Amino acid sequence: MNPVAVPFYRRVEEALGKTRMRHAVRHTSGRAMESRRAAIAELDSSDAVRDEARAIRSRTLAALDQHLDTFATNVERNGGTVFFAETGDDAVDYIRRLARERGIKTIVKGKSMVSEEIELNPVLEADGLEVVETDLGEYIVQLDNDKPSHIVAPILHKTKEDCARVFKEKLGATDEEVAGVPQMTQLARRILRKAFLKADMGITGVNFGVAETGSVTICTNEGNGRLSSSLPRVFVAIMGMERLVPTAADLGVMLEVLGRSGTGQRLTVYSNILSGPRRPGEPDGPEEFHVVIVDNGRSEVLAGELAEILYCIRCGACLYACPVYQQIGGHAYGSVYSGPVGSVLSPALSGIHAFHDLPHASTLCGACREVCPVRIDIPRMLLRLRAKGVEAGESPQWVSLGIKVLGWIGTKPRLFGLAGRVAARVAGMAATDGWIRELPGHLAGWTASRDFPAPARESFQERWARTHGPTPTDGSQS
Amino acid sequence: MRPARVQLLVTCLVDRFFPGTGESVVRVLERAGVAVTVPAGQTCCGQPAFNAGYDPDARALARHTIDVLSASDDPVVVPSGSCGDMMIHQYVALLGDDPEYGPKARALAARTYELTTFLARVLGVTDLGATGTGTLSYHACCHGLRGLGVAGEPKALLAGVRGVTTCPLPEAEVCCGFGGLFAVKMSEISGEMLARKLDAIEACGADTIAVTDVSCGMHMNGGLRRRGSKVRVAHIADVLAGATEDRS
Repeated sequence: MNPVAVPFYRRVEEALGKTRMRHAVRHTSGRAMESRRAAIAELDSSDAVRDEARAIRSRTLAALDQHLDTFATNVERNGGTVFFAETGDDAVDYIRRLARERGIKTIVKGKSMVSEEIELNPVLEADGLEVVETDLGEYIVQLDNDKPSHIVAPILHKTKEDCARVFKEKLGATDEEVAGVPQMTQLARRILRKAFLKADMGITGVNFGVAETGSVTICTNEGNGRLSSSLPRVFVAIMGMERLVPTAADLGVMLEVLGRSGTGQRLTVYSNILSGPRRPGEPDGPEEFHVVIVDNGRSEVLAGELAEILYCIRCGACLYACPVYQQIGGHAYGSVYSGPVGSVLSPALSGIHAFHDLPHASTLCGACREVCPVRIDIPRMLLRLRAKGVEAGESPQWVSLGIKVLGWIGTKPRLFGLAGRVAARVAGMAATDGWIRELPGHLAGWTASRDFPAPARESFQERWARTHGPTPTDGSQS
Repeated sequence: MRPARVQLLVTCLVDRFFPGTGESVVRVLERAGVAVTVPAGQTCCGQPAFNAGYDPDARALARHTIDVLSASDDPVVVPSGSCGDMMIHQYVALLGDDPEYGPKARALAARTYELTTFLARVLGVTDLGATGTGTLSYHACCHGLRGLGVAGEPKALLAGVRGVTTCPLPEAEVCCGFGGLFAVKMSEISGEMLARKLDAIEACGADTIAVTDVSCGMHMNGGLRRRGSKVRVAHIADVLAGATEDRS
């Protein structure tokens, strides 16, 4: 997974200039947070359900190799085929070879962030295959040559006017056909129906694999997952290695928190549990059933201090809740995975060098942790990644210098006090009414939009020592 | 047992930037019936280093702060949710394995309290006899709220202030965009987050917004000043002491 070539600060600058996009992101995020709150509040004890969901994820990952083994055995027993892809390229190669060997011409795709991660579509298209995204949002993204900006709501950044423009430009739609959301949906539906009937391969992502039954679960609200997985003669499910639950009972818990957290629904409209290809006598289903399990760096993450990020069930709640995401939208992160979870997952999977800015794109406010259905401590991991960035030499020199000075004088109270007095004297000359309008150098960003307070000539401790005398338990060391 | 005396960890920002707030903290604690000591040698709790990813420097500052506060067994009161979270949670994370400082960090964490938590939960005091004027509202600073679970305590204390009317602040639990170095390194995003917060503050009709952290307070006040707004953000100790910060 490679970052977008444009540097982070440029992407942010660009994003902040897009007023309409920002309005769309903030509006939709706000609405999503409201529905989430209502859906979570319905649960008798939402905390207990989230604790249970977390415990399931924790248990699963603690013995992931065993669960994967059970899962693979059961998929094969059901008549399916399992392929373990160590890298993204391995997964792409498997699918493209399969398409070639089976003489595939048209592929319908359900939503899959892993397929974005491994950059599957461009390769298949270069092979001359027709690839049609069938999730409405993903379809619009594909038509517009755009990228998804949210792991659940790919066109969160687009207004309905933007969508109307895409349909008119790319499909030659009439004004009537794009008059409103229902009309646009009908138009897409007519086109996608034809693609479903024509396709000879279906590819979807997987919300959860169930180890004990060898099933894959696909949650959608449009039914496109079911059509993609049952109409074409060859079906391929792409699954991140960690997306397993041990039992069907566990699946029940996960589906409950997924729907409520991601879309504010008790359950997504379609929750399809697929267990193998069509059996003799069955009226529908694919002839072939393939599950591609993608590692692509996950084993390494699992073994390290960021393993908790693999608890993620991709509900998208942390994106909606993040005040930074709400300002800049998903594209500015420059990664398939954006928002708080993306700021951990992207550097965790692809290395700190590639995404060293992302762990800093947070105030550590904790809103992400608060809404996470499996209670992932994202701020803790952002801090771990910041430390890794420092170790890797990715921290700017002026920050390093500043912190070194703080660390040094901070253990020498007299020197610390002296530095404070000097700062107060210098700042005093630049301040009006105790506030500074313009800071120099790297600090200028602060005063671009706010004043900065000047330090006081006499600190609290200096005043205290003057009025109360030295404290008997004097811990000063210099 | 109700403590008779506490150690005040005043925080580096209050110490050097808002000494008047430090005096308000002392006044409020004394009014609540506890004696206050200020152990000498206080510098910085290390949170800026920790948040920037400089763990060794953060450890050095943490050890220093632990030393300063370990000469006495008195409870430690911190007028900040952010520094409080650092001392209560992160010191243990940073030094937990250290044979000497691990136990000290845990002992300190167990007797360290954010100011409003100490007043409302430990002392059980919510009416400090404070008076004020105008309309008062409250913004929940993130680290106190989500790190320490400080939520009802400041509100209960503010409800005890006489002579003021109160009004809710919409999106009171959304971050103001400060985030320490974030406000400098990612100043554009931070500025936009601040603008959203200030829009809500100016629209809510309050004259004063109380907060538990001067860091968030100086961020919002810096923005309000730049806008030419008359609304001010005040540390809750200043509100409870019936005082206003004199910056000249």
